[in-house]
Amino acid sequence: MIHLLTVDWLLLLEKLILIVIVVMASLVIAMYETYAERKIAAFMQDRIGPNRAGPLGLLQPLADGGKLFFKEEIIPNHSNKILFILGPSLAMLTAMITSAVIPWSGDINLFGRTVSLQIADVNIGILYVFAVVSLGVYGIMIGGWSSNNKFSLLAALRGASQVISYELAMGLSLIAVLMITQTLSLKEIVEQQMASHWNILYQPLAFIIFFTCALAECNRTPFDLPEAESELNMGYHQEYSSMKLGFYLFAEYVNMFISSAIVVTLFFGGYDIPFLDEAAHADWGNWLALAGLVCFMLKIGFFIFLFMWIRWTVPRFRYDQLMDLGWKKLIPLALANMVITGAVILWMNK
Amino acid sequence: MTATEILFWFLSALALFSALMVLVSKNPVHSVLWLIVVFFSISGHYILLNAQFLAIVNLIVYAGAIMVLFLFVIMLMNLNNSTEPQKNSLVKLAGVVAGCLLLTVFVSAVRSAQEIKDSQALMNTGDIGLIENLGKVLFRDYVIPFELSSILFLSAMVGAVVIGKKE
Repeated sequence: MIHLLTVDWLLLLEKLILIVIVVMASLVIAMYETYAERKIAAFMQDRIGPNRAGPLGLLQPLADGGKLFFKEEIIPNHSNKILFILGPSLAMLTAMITSAVIPWSGDINLFGRTVSLQIADVNIGILYVFAVVSLGVYGIMIGGWSSNNKFSLLAALRGASQVISYELAMGLSLIAVLMITQTLSLKEIVEQQMASHWNILYQPLAFIIFFTCALAECNRTPFDLPEAESELNMGYHQEYSSMKLGFYLFAEYVNMFISSAIVVTLFFGGYDIPFLDEAAHADWGNWLALAGLVCFMLKIGFFIFLFMWIRWTVPRFRYDQLMDLGWKKLIPLALANMVITGAVILWMNK
Repeated sequence: MTATEILFWFLSALALFSALMVLVSKNPVHSVLWLIVVFFSISGHYILLNAQFLAIVNLIVYAGAIMVLFLFVIMLMNLNNSTEPQKNSLVKLAGVVAGCLLLTVFVSAVRSAQEIKDSQALMNTGDIGLIENLGKVLFRDYVIPFELSSILFLSAMVGAVVIGKKE
């Protein structure tokens, strides 16, 4: 057991602190996303929105969370109890662990140590994101099935087939991007964009497809079929109450934050500061990394706003339209984009 | 024991335990979930062998796609104890005997294979499992088998669509 001590404990500690910070930050941001969503909805519908709890209603998310915590918890008699609890836990888990490969900013120097603001720079970063996204189905499916309610089951099946269908188009649209970047590591993708132009300039079509699929993967309007309350009462979390329901609702907001972060990382330069040559300002040290982080967060904020803007603008698709769009339009489009990108790269290299 | 060894034994124990639970569970949904745990621990082994691409593709394809389809089918069939047909004990006995024989064959095959005995797994080193090298091997050295197998997949897909479309 002596050899165990050869592990770099400082590195472990550093990563642990980073993980805690990232998880807390995602949760707090998700909390305030709910506030932003209500305010934006109110603005678009010419209302005031939440304004009672605290100044400008800023404490509203805390009040909502507190309410959910103190609600009575009901587990249906005929449900499968273990799976019933496992469902929301898995939904939350898969929402949180995607953040492990996102590079939040450049390296910082703390007490003589170079600390990377990324939990894990694995060389298959984007595939890791895909694996976690494809596991995200289980939270919905297990929750819907174990509730032992026909509406929940129907909603769960809808949700799962939607996620699987849109994953394909998402993956195909990404291949075109990866052809340009030649790497799967998110950090390297960001660094390449810092050195030259953002990927959105080279791959606008891939961005549109990817963003549409991200909407579908997060179950956001216009693709919120699993929660279509007019057809399914309330969706896959109908039997849930208290914080278990809160977990499902919350996981959606965490997903939104993380997928915005991934869209920004892939297409909008990640923590790149626009119109600034980072390499020339290396002497700024930690401030540069901090400015990068702020920039990254602003870009993410814009995309979260875009998610909400779309939600309060576009009505819901019908189910067959959803499947048509996914299989008959987005996938051929992504394939065409992939072939054209490949051809152009070959032609340029000649 | 190094950290790698601890992880190896932990993952092996987890894989065997959950594989047993797949068989022992009464509820088919539980079996599927345990099978997902098996895939996870096998992916952990791939990562120990520095085959990150293989590990993650194992998760995407098996845990993420195929097991979801399994769950679909099981959830829609609504299996429970009352509808499950009771097999008679003779069939059960035959199953046990066949299983033991299969185990014997496997064990003797592994024991007598000199190649496996002499070679040692490369832990934490080796770069053959990294995506760049794997891609080069697949598209340069084994390009014909690779393309043939993709045609096989395509024909299976077309076949499934044809069967599904038939009135």
